[in-house]
Amino acid sequence: MASALQEQFDTEAQQKDASTLGMWIFLITEVMFFGGMFTAYTVYRRAYSDAFAVASSSLNVTIGAINTAVLLVSSFTMVMAVRAAQLGQRRTLVLFLVLTLILGGVFLGVKAYEWNEKFEQHHVPGPSFHLDGVPQQGHAQLFFSLYFAMTGLHALHMVVGVGILSWLIWMAYKGRFTAEYNTPVDIAGLYWHFVDIIWIFLFPLLYLIDRHLPK
Amino acid sequence: MTEHIDSIRTYALVLLALLALTAVTTLVAFVDLGEFSVVVALAIAVCKMLLVALFFMHVRHSTKLTKLVVLGGLLWLAILLMLTLTDFTTRGWIGVPGR
Repeated sequence: MASALQEQFDTEAQQKDASTLGMWIFLITEVMFFGGMFTAYTVYRRAYSDAFAVASSSLNVTIGAINTAVLLVSSFTMVMAVRAAQLGQRRTLVLFLVLTLILGGVFLGVKAYEWNEKFEQHHVPGPSFHLDGVPQQGHAQLFFSLYFAMTGLHALHMVVGVGILSWLIWMAYKGRFTAEYNTPVDIAGLYWHFVDIIWIFLFPLLYLIDRHLPK
Repeated sequence: MTEHIDSIRTYALVLLALLALTAVTTLVAFVDLGEFSVVVALAIAVCKMLLVALFFMHVRHSTKLTKLVVLGGLLWLAILLMLTLTDFTTRGWIGVPGR
C-alpha cells in the first residue's frame, strides 16, 4: 500500500518511526501533566498524613484491585489487537479492539459505582462532607479533592480512549488497516497502555499505602 | 527498523506477571512494614510500569531515539518530584524569624 507513504518520508519504516516518536513526545507531556498531581498528592499526604491515612483506608480496596485487573487485561487485549494488525488479521483485530472497548467500559462503570458510593457516604468535598474518625475534616476533604481530580482525570482519558477505540473498530471493520499500514492501531495502543500505567500508580498511592496502619 | 512481532505466549506471560503483582501489592498492603509499605508499593508499581512499557508498548524494540525520549521524560518527572520535595521536606529545618 504505497499510497500510505507521505512525500516527506523516504520509507514507510521511517514514517512509522516518526509517528511513534511523536506519540511518545505527547505521552511525556502527559507524564508531566499527571506528575504535577502526583507531586501535589505527595506533598499533602506528607503534611496531613493522619487525615489522609483514614481517608485513604475508607476507599474500597476490593473494587480497586478488581478494576486494576480489568484494566491490565484490557491492555493485554489491546496489545493482541496491535499484533493482529501487524499480521494483517482483520477479524482478529476487530475482535480484540471490541474486547478492549468492553473492558474499558467495565472499568468506567465500576468507577462510576465507586463515585456514586462516595456521594451516598458524604465523602465528596463540599458543605455536606463528613468522614468518621478525622478531627480535621478539611484535611480529609483535601484527600478526596485529590482523589476526584486524579481518578476523574484518569477516567476522562479512558473516555477519550473509548472514543479512539470506537473509531479504530469502524476503520478496522472497513479493512483500512493492513500488515503494511497499521500505525493508528499501534499509536492508539501506546495511548491505552499509558493510561493503564497511570492507574498502576494511582491504585497503590490512593488505595493501599496506609492500609497497614492501626485503625 | 524492521517490525518485531512478539508471540502470544510472551504477552500472556506478561499479563500473568502483571496480575500476580497486583495481587501481591494488594495483600502486602495489609502487612505492617512501617515506612517500607510505601517503598514496597512503589517498587511493585515501577515493576508493573516497566513490564507494560517494555513489552506492551514495545520500548524493547523501539529506536534509540524513542528510548532516549522515554528516559528523558522520566528524568524531567524526577526533577519535578525531587526539587518540589527538597523544598517541602526541609522547610522546618531552619527557623524563620517572626514565625
